[in-house]
Amino acid sequence: MATEFVARGADLELVGIRKEFPGFVAIEDLDLKIPAGEFFALLGPSGCGKTTTLRLVAGLDSPTKGKILIGNKDVTADKPHERPVNTVFQNYALFPHMSVLENVAFGLKQRKVSDPMPKAVDALKLVELEHLAQRRPTQLSGGQQQRVALARALVNRPSLLLLDEPLGALDLKLRRQMQVELKVIQMEVGLTFLHVTHDQEEAMDMADTVAVMNKGRIEQMGAPEALYERPKTIFVSKFLGQSNIFVGDVAETNADSVSINVAGSKITVPTKRAEKTTGKIAIGVRPEKATFHEDQAPAASADLNIIGPGEIIDIRFTGVSNQYLIDIPQIGKVTVFAQNVGKSPVTELGAKVWVSWKVEHSFGLSDLSADNGEGK
Amino acid sequence: MAQLATRAKISAAGQPKKSRIVLLLLLPGMIYLGLFFITPFVSLVMTSLQAPVLGGGIGEYQPGFEIGNYAFVTGEYLEQIVRAFIYATVATLLALAFSYPIAYFIAVKARNYPILQGLMLTLVIAPFFISFLLRTFAWKEIFGQDSWLSTLLRDTSIMAQDEFLLGTPMVVIFGLTYNFIPFMTLPLYTNLERLDTALLEAGSDLYAKPASTFWKVTFPLSIPGITSGTLLTFIPIAGDYVTASRSFLGSPNTAMLGNVIESNFLRIQDYPSASALSVMLMAAIVVLVSIYVRRTGTEDLL
Repeated sequence: MATEFVARGADLELVGIRKEFPGFVAIEDLDLKIPAGEFFALLGPSGCGKTTTLRLVAGLDSPTKGKILIGNKDVTADKPHERPVNTVFQNYALFPHMSVLENVAFGLKQRKVSDPMPKAVDALKLVELEHLAQRRPTQLSGGQQQRVALARALVNRPSLLLLDEPLGALDLKLRRQMQVELKVIQMEVGLTFLHVTHDQEEAMDMADTVAVMNKGRIEQMGAPEALYERPKTIFVSKFLGQSNIFVGDVAETNADSVSINVAGSKITVPTKRAEKTTGKIAIGVRPEKATFHEDQAPAASADLNIIGPGEIIDIRFTGVSNQYLIDIPQIGKVTVFAQNVGKSPVTELGAKVWVSWKVEHSFGLSDLSADNGEGK
Repeated sequence: MAQLATRAKISAAGQPKKSRIVLLLLLPGMIYLGLFFITPFVSLVMTSLQAPVLGGGIGEYQPGFEIGNYAFVTGEYLEQIVRAFIYATVATLLALAFSYPIAYFIAVKARNYPILQGLMLTLVIAPFFISFLLRTFAWKEIFGQDSWLSTLLRDTSIMAQDEFLLGTPMVVIFGLTYNFIPFMTLPLYTNLERLDTALLEAGSDLYAKPASTFWKVTFPLSIPGITSGTLLTFIPIAGDYVTASRSFLGSPNTAMLGNVIESNFLRIQDYPSASALSVMLMAAIVVLVSIYVRRTGTEDLL
């Protein structure tokens, strides 16, 4: 079955794209290359330009400047119907006056492909909806409509499939289920997927490569693990998961580490994990990498960052972990996650604690503050 | 005893009480229909069956059962009956062809410009600020024998010296189309205003050229608007007696069913014939509209 649909995806390349709308610049200067067959996610807060990017690729908007290449062919001037691209729209945009089958066959008929109907039925089988072929889209549930939209796009075997937050309208459980299905289908058909989302979990879960977009620029791009473990800007460190950020002047530099002085405490980051090694820099750590200690500070060590003492001012139980908010005088509030494995330190509000983490878990950032307040 | 009482209570609280409220709610509508539709209609049908009073004067009729009245008017006025429906069809199609682009532009293209949209909608209904008799009369001036338009057409030899604009089918159909265009534009606008432009993007994304997106997506989705627009224009045009009358844009050669009914009622005072024609007009419209609505699949409009 699946072999029927295997078509090689094509590379997508955006060169120096700029898009201006009356009154604002949606995309400043975007260069992007997505290799064929990859599941690529564009992640960012609303208004960051990710949907605009997708519309430019689909041809629904045209760039103010720059070039779009699909499979090394310049398609910048091509109309949407001339591009080998299909889109799964945010609200699916299924044709309400046609049956599910007619919806799926629409693209094939427009291109005058022979035997459109059997092919459309095959596409419906792929998304396990062939039993609903004669229904109208309005008679289907949200998840089913999403699958019809996917079948309607996939059946054309586009070089590139664009997904515009297609899971946004689904409830959490269905969304997780569809994420798995989408990933399976992508691997089965081997097309290039460009997925736009503001859900960081969704992006990390599904994509081979994630590009984090902010204010019309790509802040950082890479494999999900790399982005999470080694964010390079404050924005990325806060949009993708949570981070504790400390800002201070570089006080000590040696062969393989850089230390800053934050209100008397020394915080160290390995040089190879630092974007900047001079002047005032920001160093961060993920809350789950940090631990806290009661009664007394842990023994000082070259591979341990220790700050404190501070006071626990908030404790949240989230199921898999407890989240502690610790206020350390002059340094600020620090978040620590402790796995809920039944042996977490017995603590209560107001307890006096020290926070520590391994130097190798620190990351040094290139900027000092996020220029977008969207991240928490 | 107690059981019976409970049962009675249940039934009182259930079905019968509900239907009494339903009847009560229906009452105003029923009274309205009875007074303003059934009564005149019955009276019209009865008049259409009246017979002349033997030896009576003009306009004197007595109750009767003259089915022959219908055969008589059909034979006598077949030409005007057929003409009314042809003119109505042509004028409706012209109004549709003219209104669709306007409605599409206002509803879809100007969607992001509310001020422009409001302005254009006002322009569509602006003619209503002037009585339609006056407007039709104004057209009579424009098409008149010595008007600038007629002179221009004669001077440029587009029209022969002895030809007239007034009284020709072309001018009458023009007048009918003109007078009823807003009735076509507004329902089309309300329909197209709800058109989800994401569907048009989906069409072009799925390899459809703009023209085929229009015929495959926009047009089928606008059929309810087209249906209500054509009903709102076709029905009044088929019965119109102003535009085609000799006092306005018409001539005896362009008389329509409405003109014949008017002259039978008011001039010849042949009330049974006038009534028979009216009943036939009504019946024909009901039949045509039912077929039309069924074919376009918009039964919910009836």
